[in-house]
Amino acid sequence: MHGYSGRVLHIDLTNRKRWVESKPEEWYKTYIGGVSMATRLCWENIETGCDPLSPGNPVCIANGLFAGTPVPVGGKYGMASKSPLTGFIGDSLSSSWFTVSLKRARWDGIVVHGASEEWVSVLIDDDKVDFRDASDLVGLSTTEAEEAIREEFGDDQIRSAVIGPAGENLVRIANVSNDGRKAGRTGHGAVWGSKKLKALSVRGTHGVQVADPEELLKLSYDILEAAQGPHTQKYRILGTSSNVLNMNKLGLLPTENYREGVFDDAELISGEYLHEHYKAKTIACAQCPIACEQVGHVKEGPYAEAMGHVEYESLFALSSNCGVNDMEASIKAIANCNELGTDTMSTGVTISWAMECFERGIFTQEDFKCERYPEGFEASFGDGMAMVRLTEMIAHRDGYMGDLLAEGTRRASAKLDEERGTESYQWAMNIKGLETPGYDARALKTFAVGLAVGTRGGCHNRTAAYDPDIKGWVDRFSVDETRGELAKSTEEYAAVYDTLPLCKFIRRCFTGKADREGAWPAIAKLINATTGWEFDYDDVDLIGERAHTMKKAFNVREGWTREDDHLPYRWQHEPMTKGPSAGHIVTDEELEYLKDIYYEAKGWTEEGLIPKEKLVELGMEDVAEEIGV
Amino acid sequence: MPLPSTSKYQYITCDPEKCVGCQICEYVCSYTKTGEFNTFRSRIRMVREHKILMTTVACRTCENAPCVIACPRDALSQDPDTGVIHVDAGRCDGCTWCIEACDFGAISINPRTKLAEICDLCEDEEDGPQCVKWCPKEALELTTPDKRAQRTRHKRAIEEVLRR
Repeated sequence: MHGYSGRVLHIDLTNRKRWVESKPEEWYKTYIGGVSMATRLCWENIETGCDPLSPGNPVCIANGLFAGTPVPVGGKYGMASKSPLTGFIGDSLSSSWFTVSLKRARWDGIVVHGASEEWVSVLIDDDKVDFRDASDLVGLSTTEAEEAIREEFGDDQIRSAVIGPAGENLVRIANVSNDGRKAGRTGHGAVWGSKKLKALSVRGTHGVQVADPEELLKLSYDILEAAQGPHTQKYRILGTSSNVLNMNKLGLLPTENYREGVFDDAELISGEYLHEHYKAKTIACAQCPIACEQVGHVKEGPYAEAMGHVEYESLFALSSNCGVNDMEASIKAIANCNELGTDTMSTGVTISWAMECFERGIFTQEDFKCERYPEGFEASFGDGMAMVRLTEMIAHRDGYMGDLLAEGTRRASAKLDEERGTESYQWAMNIKGLETPGYDARALKTFAVGLAVGTRGGCHNRTAAYDPDIKGWVDRFSVDETRGELAKSTEEYAAVYDTLPLCKFIRRCFTGKADREGAWPAIAKLINATTGWEFDYDDVDLIGERAHTMKKAFNVREGWTREDDHLPYRWQHEPMTKGPSAGHIVTDEELEYLKDIYYEAKGWTEEGLIPKEKLVELGMEDVAEEIGV
Repeated sequence: MPLPSTSKYQYITCDPEKCVGCQICEYVCSYTKTGEFNTFRSRIRMVREHKILMTTVACRTCENAPCVIACPRDALSQDPDTGVIHVDAGRCDGCTWCIEACDFGAISINPRTKLAEICDLCEDEEDGPQCVKWCPKEALELTTPDKRAQRTRHKRAIEEVLRR
């Protein structure tokens, strides 16, 4: 087999054991890598129905097929476990040299079982697995922990994935960090914390074998050259935060906890403003020739020396969404999340929920008391300092508020409503428990169904269904019979990229066209040169459907029902009042219709379950046995 | 004949302002030199010292190269025309004295063969150093110290004028 080693490494933290599992080539052809393979490993190794923070929930890591080769933007991997936020599949992607090292150590994936009694750091040194005492790493920030490990071994080539203090404190919106990049969403950091796993480090010394290296180099070089052209210009110069002004213009930029979609001070939080005043450097992920990551740096004032990776999704959540027009506070808040190890999006949207509670008089200054701030503080929309303080309090579970918000919006609102008889769930912006992204779906109706049915909850990255809405292929304010097929098609398109994985920002660099016709034949060539297989357009297309079906199957086995495909209350009941997207909501009738036509397009039952024959058709017979209807 | 310069040899230099830390140079180097993709065996190394500080290091083709002088087995020799350091695999025993002598950390020991490996500017490749060819941000360049200094002078002059 080329491109794979055929081996998955199992690590049992409870018994400090390791074993090797061999996988047949057919298994790789079906699940490929990234989120698909990680989800499949989770399906095979989880104790069904377990508490996500119990030893029965494994941490599953699956390499990218192209990691360690020169294929541009292929230095990515997938991570999966049952999400402590949603109770369904938590699948994340990250780019880093951690996956490249893992590939060179000849592991296609890792499954971490059980839980340690003491804090542990695991070093994978080619075939060796060493369980190391991690008590000296506990409390370190993500960057500090990675550095400390490299320092200890004196070896640059040891690459680690780590959690920050938030993960240690079982913060449900905590994540995993490597080389400044994150396996960001769905709360993996808490799963690691529950296992007392502070770090996974890898040194791999072997070369990566591919079927046709000369061909792979040639293909890669052409993509690399195209990646310096107009197709990626937006990403290279301003990065994703160029979206701020675009979204604001469309009335879709979440403002004050999604009360509105227009932010008066959008200029002050724009990618353009960042570029002009705070940009320290543009950097790249592993093996990426685009380089889109804008590092923002605050030079003076209360947030002096703060340095954070400013992406659109982090920025909207920790600026307009909290009503904050101070870029310096946003950079500091993002830096805190990066270093303490929390998901910027969930953190920002959870803080905005608390700010709304404060404005409504449910929370008072008293509620924000903690050791650090014994008097408490006010937390109105627009208060950048309060936002920054809350990012720290969440990560450390400081005081009543830090502890409450560390649970994410769904649990925090349920707890508050039970304690005080309030109805704060009405502005708890999450889907299945995962906080919503930076596009207001009230006025993006294809995206609304894409989000509602999303297997990991409120995520823009697993469904590209905003594309038809924003590009004007359909009327974004209304609903029609095409939307089910569009939601299916866009989520499966995204799943191909998430499975290989390749960064979606390369999508126009194959032929200039980002659609299936433009990309799939080129991706097939990359797969074939790497593996020696004979994949064609249809095989590539099937990768996406299989990956998505695997995630859905996981959810069904964990008890998913049709009611779980929902939207936040606010999007269904409260229209925005300003801007070009004002006046719209997604009604119950619309949502149920959208779900109907989506399930139909997927070939599922009216209840959204997967028929046996559909699973068999996809080559997933054993899944059909367990959950097919 | 080119005019004599203060330092006559070319080497591969990296502009840290342009380097984004993608390590593509390492993939291409390792493949060119070993036939496999293994950044562990690259002769050019990306160094990331801080969140935003990244650059690369490869052989600087020093005149009177300290690594050559340090080698106790005379396994290292310097090409008088190009400055490239050649390693005689039959003589090298991986003692690492050359590594200790190198001020730039540009030499490494191959973990398989246990022999010293040094950038040779891809002297066998028709289109020159492959890392320079592949660098997506044009951060890498085959140049001499003299040319670099000259460019810095020009850049500085322009900045001074603009500041006025």
